[in-house]
Amino acid sequence: MEKLMNFKLKIWRQKNCEERGYFKTYQIHNISPNSSFLEMLDILNNKIICEKKDSSPISFDHDCREGICGMCSLYINGRAHGPDNLITTCQLHMRHFHEGETIYVEPWRAKPFPIIKDLVVDRSSFDRIIISGGYISVNTFGKTIDGNMIPIPKDQVDKAFDAATCIGCGACVAACKNRSAMLFVSAKVSQFALLPQGKIERKKRVINMINKMDEEGFGSCTNTRACEIECPKGISTEYISLMNREYIQSFTF
Amino acid sequence: MKNTFKLNSKIPLSSLTHKWEDHKSTLKLVSPNNRSNIEIIVVGTGLSGGSAAASLSELGYQVKAFCYQDSPRRAHSVAAQGGINASKNYKGDNDSVYQLFYDTIKGGDYRSREANVYRLAEISSNIIDQCVAQGVPFARDYAGYLDTRSFGGTKVSRTFYAKGQTGQQLLLACYSSISRQIGIGRIKMYNRHEMLDLVIVDGVAKGIIARNLISGKIERHAAHAVVIASGGYGNVFFLSTNAMGSNASAIWKVHKKGGFFANPCFTQIHPTCIPVHGNYQSKLTLMSESLRNDGRIWVPKKLEDAISIRNGYKKPENINEEDRDYYLERRYPSFGNLVPRDVASRAAKERCDKGFGIENNETKEGVFLDFRFSIEKYGKEKENELGIQQSSLLHNNKLGKEIMESKYGNLFHMYEKITNDNPYHTPMKIYPAVHYSMGGLWVDYNLMSSIPGCYIIGEANFSDHGANRLGASALMQGLADGYFILPYTIADYLSECITEKISTKHIAFQLSEKNVKNRIQKLIKNNGNMPVDFFHKKLGNIMWKYVGMSRNHIGLCKAIKRIQELRYEFWKNIFVPGNIDDGLNSELEKAGRVADFLELGELMAMDALNRKESCGSHFREEYQTKEGEALRDDVHYKYVSLWEYKENHPVSDEIMHKENLNFTFVKVQSRSYK
Ligand SMILES: Cc1cc2nc3c(=O)[nH]c(=O)nc-3n(C[C@H](O)[C@H](O)[C@H](O)COP(=O)(O)OP(=O)(O)OC[C@H]3O[C@@H](n4cnc5c(N)ncnc54)[C@H](O)[C@@H]3O)c2cc1C
Ligand code: SF4
Ligand code: FES
Repeated sequence: MEKLMNFKLKIWRQKNCEERGYFKTYQIHNISPNSSFLEMLDILNNKIICEKKDSSPISFDHDCREGICGMCSLYINGRAHGPDNLITTCQLHMRHFHEGETIYVEPWRAKPFPIIKDLVVDRSSFDRIIISGGYISVNTFGKTIDGNMIPIPKDQVDKAFDAATCIGCGACVAACKNRSAMLFVSAKVSQFALLPQGKIERKKRVINMINKMDEEGFGSCTNTRACEIECPKGISTEYISLMNREYIQSFTF
Repeated sequence: MKNTFKLNSKIPLSSLTHKWEDHKSTLKLVSPNNRSNIEIIVVGTGLSGGSAAASLSELGYQVKAFCYQDSPRRAHSVAAQGGINASKNYKGDNDSVYQLFYDTIKGGDYRSREANVYRLAEISSNIIDQCVAQGVPFARDYAGYLDTRSFGGTKVSRTFYAKGQTGQQLLLACYSSISRQIGIGRIKMYNRHEMLDLVIVDGVAKGIIARNLISGKIERHAAHAVVIASGGYGNVFFLSTNAMGSNASAIWKVHKKGGFFANPCFTQIHPTCIPVHGNYQSKLTLMSESLRNDGRIWVPKKLEDAISIRNGYKKPENINEEDRDYYLERRYPSFGNLVPRDVASRAAKERCDKGFGIENNETKEGVFLDFRFSIEKYGKEKENELGIQQSSLLHNNKLGKEIMESKYGNLFHMYEKITNDNPYHTPMKIYPAVHYSMGGLWVDYNLMSSIPGCYIIGEANFSDHGANRLGASALMQGLADGYFILPYTIADYLSECITEKISTKHIAFQLSEKNVKNRIQKLIKNNGNMPVDFFHKKLGNIMWKYVGMSRNHIGLCKAIKRIQELRYEFWKNIFVPGNIDDGLNSELEKAGRVADFLELGELMAMDALNRKESCGSHFREEYQTKEGEALRDDVHYKYVSLWEYKENHPVSDEIMHKENLNFTFVKVQSRSYK
C-alpha cells in the first residue's frame, strides 16, 4: 500500500479585489502521493464545506486538469505552478512534497492580473493583447487556397509550433520580478512571424501587441529569464529576441 | 404556443452528392445592410461556438458570445490531442469524400443521418485550408507539405495534426478570429458567464438568462436567434476525460423548454485513457488514440502472469513474446490495433472481466499499450537512412525513441507526470473511460433544434456520429458546423425577422429570470449536510456501473430507480455554502450542473433501456453474437430516439418519438472489422 501523507497548508484568502488578503492555515491528512495538487485542494474544500466553519471553500481556477487549458494558476512555495519544471499546477502531484511539509499557496501577483477572490485572478489583459493584433486577418469563408499550396520547411513549422504551444497561463508574468509579459507576447508574435501566412501583417502586429502590453501595465524585460524557467510549456526566451528583432525591423523597413 | 412545430428534418430531396449544394442555393438570404441590426447569441466558444461566432460576425451580424471560462481560449476543445480528419488524399491511399463518408457511417453503426455525414465529408477539405490560412502550425513533412496519420476505424491516413495538441492549435486559431471581431466591435464577449435558461417568446427562442459568475448577477440577454455550442455531457459519469466544468446545463435547459433530446444513451467510452488509480481522483486523462498507430495492445496470456504483474512481482518487460495476448490483432486481423473505439473498449473490458487486467487498482482494470516495436522499427529505419552499418540495440533504441518523441513527446511527458512511469521504457497502462457524447439535442439539416430560432452545433447536437464517433471527427464536425454550415442556414431563419425588435422587458424574460433565481435560492437556502461532489460521485458510480460500457435490462431498471432516489436525496440534503448575492461561488455553479445531470442521467438510462439492440457505444448484453460482438436490430431500431419533455412532469414521463433513418447511398451491413 502507498504511504499516505500529511501537510500543513498556508493558503491566501481574499474576499475580493478591494479587501485585504491574509494567509490562513489548514491541516490536511491522509493524502495519496499520487493525487494531484488540485485533488488535494478538492479534498480540503470538501472538508471545509462539511465542517461549515469557514464561510466558503477556497476558490481557485482550473478546468481541463491535464495541463492544456491554461486555467490553473497557483503560486506554490514561491514558484509559479509549484516545484516541478515543465508542468502546470494541475499536473503537479503530491509525491513532489515531503511528509509533514508546510506548503504556501498564493495567487499570481501582478498588477495587470487583479485578484478576484482567494487564488483566482483576472487575466483578461492577455485577451486584450491578442485582440490588439495577435491574429492573421483572414476571413473564415473557406475561400482560401489549398493547404499544400503554402509549403513550409519542417524546421520552420516546428519552431512556429513550439511558440504556439503557449497556453496563456500567465506563469511567466507571475515569475518575473518586472511583471513583464514578454514571453507570452513573443510566443504569439513569433508563431506568426515564422509562418509565411503571418508575414504580411507582421509589422502592424508586433507594434500593436507591444503597445497594448505596455498600456495594460506589464513591466519590461531585463533578461532575468525567470519566465523561461517557470513556463510550463518550455517557451524559450529566444522568442523574445525574435520579437525584439521584429519590433526594430518594423520601424526600419 | 408550444408543440406547434412539426418535426421535420428538412433533408433536401436531391441526390446525396448534390444535397448540400442544391440546398444552399435555395436558402433565403439577409442583405448586408440588415445584418448589423440582427443580434445572435452564441453560448460556448469552443471550436464550434467560436468558429460560428467569428463567421457570423464577419458576415456582419451582431454577436454576443458566452463562455464560463475566463477566456474563450480555454474552451474544452483545447484538450483534443489526436487530430482532425479531411479527405484530401494527400497520401495517395485512394481517399475520397465517399471513403470518409462511408467510414463515418459505418463507424457510427448506421445510426447517423446519411445526408449530414455526406455534407461533413464534403466540407472536410475546406476546413484544413481555412485553418492553414489562419496560421495553424500543422505537422509537415520534409518537403514542406502537410503530414497525416491514421486513426481507428479507417484504412487510410487522413488525420491532420499538430503533434499531440491539435485541438489547442485549432482553438487558438478560432480564438484569434474571434479576437479580431471583438476588436472591431462586432462580437461582444461575455467571459465567466453561465447560461441558466433559454427564453422563449411566442414559441421561438429570443434570448437567454445568464449568471455573471464574478458578480453573481443574473442577466437577461435578448437576440434574434440563439446558438448553443456548449459541448458534451460526459461528466454525468463524474470521472471522464472531459474538463471539470464541462456540463449539460445549457442543452438541458433547452430540452426543458421544448428541445428534443436525441439518442441520450450514446456516450463514447474511449479505449486509451490512464486507468483509475484511487478514489480521490477528480478526472481521467486521455492518451490520444493516435498512439495506437505505434503501440500494440496486450495483456498476459496466463492468469498467473497477470496476477504477478498486478502485485509487482513481474514487470511487463519480463513476459515472453509467446506469453502475451495481442488480443486486438488476434480478434480483428484486418484492423488490428486500429479498430474503432467501441470495439477496442469492449475487447479490453472482456479481457479484464476474465481476470487478465494488469493494473494494481481496486477493480484490476488495465491493459498494456506497448511501444517497443515501433521504437525498434523506427530506430532501424533511421539507421538505414543514416547509413549506420554496425548497429547496437542501444543505439537503435535511442534513434527510435527520438522519433517517438517527435511524434508523441507531450503525451509521453503527460503520462509520466501522472503515473511516474516512463513509457519509453515500460509499456503504458491504459483502460477505457467516458469521453464523448454522440447524443445531444436534435437538430434538422439546418442545425435548428425543435425550437424555432434555437440552433445547436458541435458536440451539443446529435447529428453526425451515430452510435459511435470515429477519432478525429469531432473537431471536424465542430468546425464544419461553425465555419461552413450554420452561417448559411441561419440566414434562412433570420430573413424573416429583420424588422423585429426584441426587448428583455417581455414577460417571458421576467418569468425565466424568476425561475432561475428561485432555483439558486433553493440550493443555497437548503442548508443540508452533503457537498455537491458527494452526489456527483454517487451518480457517476451508478452511471458507470449500469449505463457504462455494457448494459442490461435489470441493471438499467436499477439505475433509473437509484438515480431517482439520489435526486430526491440531493434536493433534501445538499449543502451549498455562501449567500445568494455573493459573487464567485464554484460550489453553486457545480450544484446547478449536478442537479441537471441527475435528470439527464435518468433519461440516458431510459433511452438505453428502450433500445433493445447493441450498436456502437451502446452494448446491451442481451443482444450479442456468439463471438461477443454487438448485434444490431435494423428492423426495429433503425431510428433516432427523440425525447420530449413534458412541462411540470418528472423525467420518467418523457415521451419518445422516432426519426427513421433512411440509407440510400450505402448498404446497411453488419459492421465487421475482422
Ligand atoms: C481529452 C480529449 C481529447 C480529444 N481529442 C480529440 C481529437 O483528437 N480529435 C477530435 O476530433 N476530437 C477530439 N475530442 C473531442 C472534441 O475535442 C470535442 O468534441 C470538441 O472539441 C467539442 O467542441 P465544442 O465546440 O462542441 O465544445 P467545447 O469545446 O467543449 O466548448 C464548450 C463551450 O461551451 C461553454 N459552455 C458550456 N456550458 C455553458 C453554459 N451553460 N453557459 C455558457 N457557456 C457554456 C464553455 O465555456 C465552452 O466555451 C477530444 C475530447 C477530449 C475530451
Ligand atoms: S509563455 Fe509559458 S508561462 Fe507564459 S503564458 Fe505562455 S505558457 Fe504560460
Ligand atoms: S487546469 Fe487546465 S492547465 Fe491546469
